[in-house]
Amino acid sequence: MHPQPPSFDRPGAPAPQPSAEPIPTVEDALALGLTRSEYELLCEKQGAPPNAVELAMYSLLWSEHCAYKHSKKLLRTLPTQGEHVVMGPGENAGAVDLGGDLVCAFKVESHNHPSAVEPFQGAATGVGGIVRDIFAIGARPIAVLDSLRFGEPSGARARYLLDGAVSGIAHYGNSIGVPTVGGELYFEAPYEHNCLINAMALGLARRGDLVRSAAAGAGNALVLLGAATGRDGIGGASVLASSELGGGAAAQGEAAPEHDQDMRPTVQVGDPFEEKKLLECSLELLRSGLLVSLQDLGAAGLTSAAAEMAAKGRVGLEIDVARVPRREPGMAAWEVMVSESQERMLCVVEPADALAVLALCERWEIGGAVIGRVTDDGRLRVLAQGALVGDMPVSALVDECPLYDLAPRKPPAPLYPPPRATLAAEATPAAALLALLRSGNICSRRPLYEQYDAIVQSRTVRRPEQADAAVLALPDGGGMAVSIDGNGRRVAADPYRGTVEAVLECAANLACAGAQPLGATNNLNFGSPEKASIAWQLGESVRALGDACRALGVPIVGGNVSLYNEGPTGPIYPTPVIGMVGRLPDVRRAGRLGFQRSGDEIALVGPFAPALPASELAKLRGEPLPDGLAALELEAVIAAQAAVREAVRANALASAHDIAEGGLAVALAECCLSGHLGAQVELGDELFARCGTQPGEPSASWCALFGEGPGGFLVSGPAQALSELGRCTSLVRLGTVGGGELRIALAGTRLSLSLDELGNAHASLGELFA
Amino acid sequence: MKFGVLQFPGSCDEVDALQAARRVGDAELLWHGDESLQGVDAIVIPGGFSYGDYLRAGAIARFAPAMESVIAFAADGGLVLGICNGFQVLCEARLLPGALLVNANRRFTCRQVELEVVNGDTPFTRAYTAGTRLSIPAKHSWGRFHAEQRTLQAMEDGGQVVLRYAPGHNFNGSARDIAGVCNERGNVFGLMPHPEHAIDELTGGSADGIKIFESMRTSVSDPAAA
Repeated sequence: MHPQPPSFDRPGAPAPQPSAEPIPTVEDALALGLTRSEYELLCEKQGAPPNAVELAMYSLLWSEHCAYKHSKKLLRTLPTQGEHVVMGPGENAGAVDLGGDLVCAFKVESHNHPSAVEPFQGAATGVGGIVRDIFAIGARPIAVLDSLRFGEPSGARARYLLDGAVSGIAHYGNSIGVPTVGGELYFEAPYEHNCLINAMALGLARRGDLVRSAAAGAGNALVLLGAATGRDGIGGASVLASSELGGGAAAQGEAAPEHDQDMRPTVQVGDPFEEKKLLECSLELLRSGLLVSLQDLGAAGLTSAAAEMAAKGRVGLEIDVARVPRREPGMAAWEVMVSESQERMLCVVEPADALAVLALCERWEIGGAVIGRVTDDGRLRVLAQGALVGDMPVSALVDECPLYDLAPRKPPAPLYPPPRATLAAEATPAAALLALLRSGNICSRRPLYEQYDAIVQSRTVRRPEQADAAVLALPDGGGMAVSIDGNGRRVAADPYRGTVEAVLECAANLACAGAQPLGATNNLNFGSPEKASIAWQLGESVRALGDACRALGVPIVGGNVSLYNEGPTGPIYPTPVIGMVGRLPDVRRAGRLGFQRSGDEIALVGPFAPALPASELAKLRGEPLPDGLAALELEAVIAAQAAVREAVRANALASAHDIAEGGLAVALAECCLSGHLGAQVELGDELFARCGTQPGEPSASWCALFGEGPGGFLVSGPAQALSELGRCTSLVRLGTVGGGELRIALAGTRLSLSLDELGNAHASLGELFA
Repeated sequence: MKFGVLQFPGSCDEVDALQAARRVGDAELLWHGDESLQGVDAIVIPGGFSYGDYLRAGAIARFAPAMESVIAFAADGGLVLGICNGFQVLCEARLLPGALLVNANRRFTCRQVELEVVNGDTPFTRAYTAGTRLSIPAKHSWGRFHAEQRTLQAMEDGGQVVLRYAPGHNFNGSARDIAGVCNERGNVFGLMPHPEHAIDELTGGSADGIKIFESMRTSVSDPAAA
């Protein structure tokens, strides 16, 4: 028995009549976040001042979060085409060709503002939302990665947010049977009041099984799947994501500022069990050929889902809110339309299939209700028990929100105060190496990733900290590698070069696994674009993203923008987070980061030119950010990546690791720890020349050990293999694998640390979870 | 030889279990709402979060129509393997002694663990010899095996302690390092680690788990030898 009839015919029903509610004023529109001129424009599009239902819907769809009004013009400059692109930006997720009949769907999305208010549910529903984007296009979700930013771990608030967010990701991802295979985490003071929670999901599908979200076929039924609708998350998108957090005065180290606590009711609550059933049911509905189109409900709920489906299909939709299954009584029509209750999907179904769709919903024990129908007049109509309560042109809702030009200006003075010094000026190189390994941005993530199921679905070939990228096996014997990256501090120092470095870092991680990049997704996390300095960061960063992706031949197939990430102490570091997916032909040859065999030779590969400004060592020393990073040779870096990738694919190398935070010394320690093997290396004149210094200069050793920059790989393998690699790219032999300690000799001094000393320092994050 | 893998709403590792079973025989999914077990020769209750683990892990799944049939199947001597959530379901259904409590570290933990085969004479472990070390992934938040001292002693004496965590690998705090137990009759076996994930070095860290499925196949085709 179904509580709702499966069709949406209204034989004999009275013609829709406009309701007699009072018409909201311009002040109401301003309170909902619209500007006066936006309100005037929408009155013009409507032909009359909008009623309460219409204004609620416009205010959400014309919010920054939904309309991208400050970023859309920039995003249009990004490369989105390429031979491997199957689905580009605009759908729920992008997709690239994996060869044969297989495609990989993927996308990254932020849940920053909800997580700053309530980290557990904020992060959990962030995972739920991005996973729905994947199965909305007909792909089975096969992996999740996360990208997290918090204030310094010495602060109670950062630890509270980190613990809550990780628990939330674990709770949701584990419960739906999708492995969390990787991620990244940085602690920096500018994220203290505005943490970042970006989640990326990947899915696998046969090419022919992909489905789009465009509604089609006048007379077809609109079916709402999944959870009942309640008041949770109402106004979340516009009220939360489009305003700055921490409006009240908040002291360092406090729990959530008062203002943020007031916002807690706008954070949605997730139910992973409901999601798991919804996932399986949606995929079974698609397999059975019962759906014309499918769309998930995310920010702005039914409003956004319906408007997007109608706009893409160039059709109209009619929804009766009385048909929407409710979780609580007395909800107004506008509340039903904008609710952000989780675990819901909207689909278009041919009338003859409606019964079969509802029967499958019953089998999976999820809600299913016919709530409306497709029309051919391009209007989105909202009814309440048949009475017309809202009527809007779809094009005005979705496509006609004004887009704004930015007014960028490079800030005349530094935007960010120098970090607090935590390393004594007189520290020895050995003490500095241990301090770096212990530091929040470098220490082992094991206490976090052990809380995630990394292996369910039996595809995970490289688990966290086994390789620079996560590697998943594909049914054809090949594999897929995925990495997510973005060092905000370096982007703050130089928005253009810092962003190029983030893209290169992702590609380098894939190269170490033996994978060729196929496509990328990005999440642009920035402060308020209405400020000239932030507009400048955003513009430079997007320009770099485009340039780097074009140079690599990697199209961007989807992404997300999160603006207004500011707290009482200022904006976050500009944080473009890049997720990149690549393919490797033989998954049995996937690279590893740890040393594998005593006696293997170790070499530095690539045009690595270390520099200390903006490095982790500079941060520990409390040095201010430089104004700009060193120039880099993009083509040479890309060529080095190709050489490493080919060597890994040929099974010539025992290990390959990208040199990143903490420079060469930290990379050596990481290779030792991951492989449980020591190493003896000597850094000679050639490395000092790369630093632009002479061995005698006081800063030379520090720069050689801890300097950072793109384009460096640490590889190990038989001498013969390294000789061959040296014929393709720049290669400097450093030493050999073996023993129980890491010994580094340079410029007449010697540094020697046991694996235990290194490992104990590297395990420091565990103290936060004790 | 056909395995039936029982799927509940919220099961997560049912495909992994199917793949493992298909390495040694035929296998098909069984639906929680169906009473029929489709004539399978052995049952696997896979890992996951049946019914969201709401109320208590395994507590609701125990009442599924298919579970009534599983209980009858076990009473007839049929082989029933419960992995992780499946182990929890079997304890809730009283097919196995004891209960599984929240981990000592109070967190979901995913880690490759080492196990010792204590009893190599059960229908599920006959392909191993006692004392063998296995490397198998574990991943759960409610895996701390608990039973009264009297019960524990009786289990030890009766050979019902089948697998133990090797020293240093009991992260969940299980009593007497117990990782896997069987019923008195020996035809129902539950364990927290995931042998269905350890069937290939590439993705499982080892292939040590496949012998549980091989043991089951042998036991079904040659019950007298068990």
